[in-house]
Amino acid sequence: MASLFGFYSLVLGFCFSFLIIFLSVKNFRNINIFDNKLISFTFLQFFFVVLSFLGLILSFVNSDFSNETVYNHSHTSKPIFYKITGTWGNHEGSLLLWLLVLTLFVFLFLLESKEQKKKYRILTLLFQQIIIIGFFIFSIKTSNPFNYIFPIPNEGLGLNPILQDPALAIHPPILYLGYVGSSIIFSSSLAATSLNYISRDWAKHIKKWILVSWIFLSLGILLGSVWAYYELGWGGFWFWDPVENVSLMPWLALTTLLHCILVLEKRLVLTSWVVILSISTFTLSMCGTFLVRSGILNSVHTFANDPERGLFILIFLFCLIFLSLFIFFFFHKVEKKKYFFWLSKESSILINNWFMMYFLTVVLIGTIYPIFLEVLSSEKISVGPPFYNKLIFPLLIPFLFAMAIGPKLKWIKSDLQNKLYLIFFFVISFLISAIIVKSFNTNFLIYSILLTSAFYLFFISIRDFFSIKFKNFAQVIAHFGFSLFILSILFNNIFSTEIITNLKIGETYETEKFKINFEKINQKDGKNFKAIIGKFNIENLDGNIDIFNPELRIYNQPNIVTTEADIKTNLLTDKFMTMNLVQNQEYFNIRYQIKPFMVWIWFSVLLISLGGLVSLYQKKNEK
Amino acid sequence: MYGRKVKLRFLFVLLVLITLILTVYLILKSLEENVVYFQSPSEIKILPKIEEKKIRVGGMVKKNSIFLESKEIKFIITDYKNEINVVYSGVVPNLFAEEKGVVAEGHLKDRNYFIATKILAKHDENYMPPEVKAALEEK
Repeated sequence: MASLFGFYSLVLGFCFSFLIIFLSVKNFRNINIFDNKLISFTFLQFFFVVLSFLGLILSFVNSDFSNETVYNHSHTSKPIFYKITGTWGNHEGSLLLWLLVLTLFVFLFLLESKEQKKKYRILTLLFQQIIIIGFFIFSIKTSNPFNYIFPIPNEGLGLNPILQDPALAIHPPILYLGYVGSSIIFSSSLAATSLNYISRDWAKHIKKWILVSWIFLSLGILLGSVWAYYELGWGGFWFWDPVENVSLMPWLALTTLLHCILVLEKRLVLTSWVVILSISTFTLSMCGTFLVRSGILNSVHTFANDPERGLFILIFLFCLIFLSLFIFFFFHKVEKKKYFFWLSKESSILINNWFMMYFLTVVLIGTIYPIFLEVLSSEKISVGPPFYNKLIFPLLIPFLFAMAIGPKLKWIKSDLQNKLYLIFFFVISFLISAIIVKSFNTNFLIYSILLTSAFYLFFISIRDFFSIKFKNFAQVIAHFGFSLFILSILFNNIFSTEIITNLKIGETYETEKFKINFEKINQKDGKNFKAIIGKFNIENLDGNIDIFNPELRIYNQPNIVTTEADIKTNLLTDKFMTMNLVQNQEYFNIRYQIKPFMVWIWFSVLLISLGGLVSLYQKKNEK
Repeated sequence: MYGRKVKLRFLFVLLVLITLILTVYLILKSLEENVVYFQSPSEIKILPKIEEKKIRVGGMVKKNSIFLESKEIKFIITDYKNEINVVYSGVVPNLFAEEKGVVAEGHLKDRNYFIATKILAKHDENYMPPEVKAALEEK
């Protein structure tokens, strides 16, 4: 019942697209005032997509297995929370979520842009409707979440247990708010270009949308990363896996745009660049969807996929790119030349853009090169972390220094006053890094230079935060967060310890620093799984004993084994233990890791997002 | 000869070009060094020479071939035509089991002996790496 209801709501929502397009074209030509009926219709469209989404959630909650999506991804024994979150944990449901966010954003946009020109609002709505129509067709035609199956199965296939996790349950909605939120930036910049309305007012108005998408995208990536850390049991938080990269690329583009829009807002330069960035951010988001959903990516994250879907997104993507390039080349007017001195805020932001584009290029090439090579020569390759580390880490050094000094410069022409303290902080940072690197025998030159640059940014931002003259809190918080982020990653890399061994019950493994004793295993039954819980005593040098209980869960539907890491977190270090069983063997596969500063990595990303939030708040107060 | 502005602009374009070329060169060079090729046991059998390079081997884990010791895990990867012995010390993923697909990363000691440094995890019991699927379909 709920499925049928959901499907008709979806179709009804689709019909509203045409109504909106018809009305807005009429409104665009005739009347001078914006027709408020458009807002109501946009709301109705959003409302029907919500109904459709609720219909799907209801089918999941009721375990209505006549619905194919529910049958494929749910099971009666699943806890109610994961029945609900399972709604968007699969392809069909997540596309419905795309649509939901798309319609939500365009509705909010119309509400929030009342002071803007009529034509601009209508055109933005039109461009957004093109995207919405594309996704409606995609959803209804190739991945209908409401397919009916007969005869009705008694039991569903169940949700992949590694997705049954609170962090991953809210990861897709948050990530999508960022991913899909960039669509409104795309539509609006296309509308502004065709009306030749790229101006300081426009920049001011679109900036909050950029900030909102950026905050959600950052948080979404963070959630995915935290999940990978404790659920996949590898003890890392970023693997340079293609699926992770496709979420990082829009983030890089969006961050660049965020900086660029500041220049546009203050000085009305770099207009073409802003338009190109707006277009590419959304294009990269779409690309990400295409790569993940088509299954051509060879990723450890890949789930079973359908090539037809990939083809559809690819065609749709090309249409959008073609449309935006057409508008860009035929309507965009180049601004009058305005000069700025090489040492100025403009050029420092340009430097930021250069670096960001470099990082983006590296990630892009690393991600898609294997695909091209396979198509061209049928050679199968993969690009691993060393590629990214080698190309990105060295360039972080000048990037960090620029991040420290750039914000101090003035517009148009600037010189550095008070050079003394800049040098003073540099010497301090260098000394600290030298001591750290030396005393821990990590004889890597690159580490000491990287540490120096990260510490430099760290100290400079702290000083700026407390200096009275400096008022840009949003920027300082975000930059400080970034320096903390890099520092935590570096410390994490330098000081991590890892032990991997195979142990039988009762055996002890000894190193210089600690003893691992595998005491026993217990069994426990969960709602839809059986668990084997190991008990380990780890005796440290100082005689302290930590008890670890890593778990192996054997889920009944689908029949999958997952490991649950036991993580002991405190402010300075994480201790991380996983246990694994190989069939018919007496030995258990044990991994024990000591990872310093993990909490600080998460915390610093939160700080970076907080910077965005503060900026949004400041903007609100300006009005 | 030329005005100051023209000279400046020329310098700027030159700078941009140099950075671009340098970037592309750096990326391509490091790609070449860090790319990992995927091979099936049959492809390894006909390799012209054994290199100390990192590769990936994919196929199925042979039945009754897994053997655990305290330091290492031994098993055999097969594509049902040829097989290769693998020695690995490290973490095994959850879905590692006999007669299931597997991808191991490491280097060859000789044509029958592979030292793995990583075994890749998968998320889905029905999922098979495209590489393994293709390698198995070829037979």
